[in-house]
Amino acid sequence: MSRSRALAPVVAFVVLAVVVAVLPSFVSAFRAQQLAYVAIYLVALLGLNILTGYTGQISLGHGAFMAIGGYTTAILMTDHGVKDVWTIPLAGLVAGIVGFLFGIPALRLSGLYLALATFAVAVSMPAVIKRFEGFTGGGGGINLFGVPELTASLTPVTVLGRELTFNDWIYYLCWTIALVGYVVAWLLVRGRTGRAFRAVRDSESAAQSAGVSLASYKTLAFGVSAAYAGVAGSLFAIATTFVNPDTFPVALSILLLVGVVVGGLGSLAGLIAGAVFIQFLPIWSQEVSKSPGAPAVVSGVVLIALMFVLPMGFAGLVDRLRALTKR
Amino acid sequence: MADFMQQVVAGLASGSIYASLALALVLIHRATGVINFAQGEMATFSTYIAWTLTTNHGWNYWPAFAATLVVSFVGGAAIHQGIIRPNEKGSVLRVVIVTIGLLLALNGLVTLIWSGEVRAVPSPFPTRTIEIAGVAISIQDIGTIGVVLATVVVLWLLFQYTRIGLAMRAAAVNPAEARLVGVRVAWMLSLGWGLAAVLGAISGMLAAPSLFLDPNLMAALLIYAFAAAVLGGIDSPLGAVVGGLTLGVGLNLIGTYVDFVGADLRLPVALLVILVVLLVKPSGIFGKTEVKRV
Repeated sequence: MSRSRALAPVVAFVVLAVVVAVLPSFVSAFRAQQLAYVAIYLVALLGLNILTGYTGQISLGHGAFMAIGGYTTAILMTDHGVKDVWTIPLAGLVAGIVGFLFGIPALRLSGLYLALATFAVAVSMPAVIKRFEGFTGGGGGINLFGVPELTASLTPVTVLGRELTFNDWIYYLCWTIALVGYVVAWLLVRGRTGRAFRAVRDSESAAQSAGVSLASYKTLAFGVSAAYAGVAGSLFAIATTFVNPDTFPVALSILLLVGVVVGGLGSLAGLIAGAVFIQFLPIWSQEVSKSPGAPAVVSGVVLIALMFVLPMGFAGLVDRLRALTKR
Repeated sequence: MADFMQQVVAGLASGSIYASLALALVLIHRATGVINFAQGEMATFSTYIAWTLTTNHGWNYWPAFAATLVVSFVGGAAIHQGIIRPNEKGSVLRVVIVTIGLLLALNGLVTLIWSGEVRAVPSPFPTRTIEIAGVAISIQDIGTIGVVLATVVVLWLLFQYTRIGLAMRAAAVNPAEARLVGVRVAWMLSLGWGLAAVLGAISGMLAAPSLFLDPNLMAALLIYAFAAAVLGGIDSPLGAVVGGLTLGVGLNLIGTYVDFVGADLRLPVALLVILVVLLVKPSGIFGKTEVKRV
């Protein structure tokens, strides 16, 4: 590999980081808030792609892991007086442990059955949250803004000579974590672990005979992936300042899978496109039709169309264009 | 005791609705090796068609019921030909994603066409109860069980005693050899999808009078149907029926007599059934153990 090709991803990443850093100075606070959600989805998609795109294990239940992260943050803040930013790693840890434990039975389920089991988890999650009312606040949810002294965004911070508004603060918080998460995911999938993940995805029998332990790598993928989702859920709770059972519906889990497919299974850079897609799709589809059903129709049709023309998603398109220009 | 029996009959009624949707899942899994995540939404769509015919166009219940079944059959077969068949090559993930896309698109389309409003759907059966051996049983429950059992018998006759049923079984079990003896495999699989859509439509139309019709009518029912299909063995039609009825009665009894579960935790209980069966005996009660070839 030539030096210039090895450097290209690093240069691209630095450009991205600079764009992310200066962008709030050029867009409205409202837009900055929308872009913060792009970062949150990006974190969740990075995790889901490690599991689904790289390791080949379908999850239709990542919204449930986000819920675990979101509720960890909410409960730590309101019941235990932990400052919001410190709950983020803890939310990742709790969700990661649950994901790791869920990975143990999930080991024995392949393909379709795993999709089915995780889907059932996503569907049951709101019912479980509502049932354990004393712990989760039940259907009414938990308001995170009830304790202002624990909300880091209320302390004035200055970045690039501007004092941050609440939206800007959320934006920088989410994007910092997303970019760090991106680098961590990149380091993970490019090395030995990533190779083992891909081996499991491409052929379990071949991976096993080459000495890759299916049990350890599948549970590892589940744990890492759920930890990402937990962090994303925590950020989601902090950004919306509120959690209730409907904050993390089944539709969210499905939407995350849509995002990964749109971005490209087994690609990290494409996920940015996937995250933009799931955040802005409802807004774009309002242009076509005002009905609340419109976003679902558009994303469903896009999903099916992608499977026809571009099973590798946005990243596949980039690869194809690159192949064309090389010729 | 009378109260207990009443709960059992009510459980059988909801269980037969699960059974019918589970049977749809099993038919498709046997034919194309796919779990159709859009099965519930397809059923919801069918139910809306029936609702429109009876409420907006003044049709009688049974003609509307029959017309809906025909439309569903054609729709199901068309879905297979149009979007499933071209995506069958390659990894399972691809078809799963197509069915999830279909789930989203149909759910949105229902909201787009009929709005998200909750609709009351008339029942073809009277809601009063009759007394059998001291147990008050609602006629609606008996009717629901009857319709599903009749459907199961018709399907069984179709698969066991007709040429086309034989061809469908051959196409599902061994497509390559079926093709050699002149079975048009792809069309047989489409037929399977059509029949599955019919079964889904029946479960939707039977569920709507008591659950009310809205775009998410079948979301929970789909999980119960998954649980029923897995419990009975995902490749066994008999298993789907037995699994559905067992689950219906079991969930109803647990929901009534176990305070901790109540009405709220039935869905997580179904999830638990799915997980436990898949871990302990993945082939279910009636399924055959799968042998993986390397």
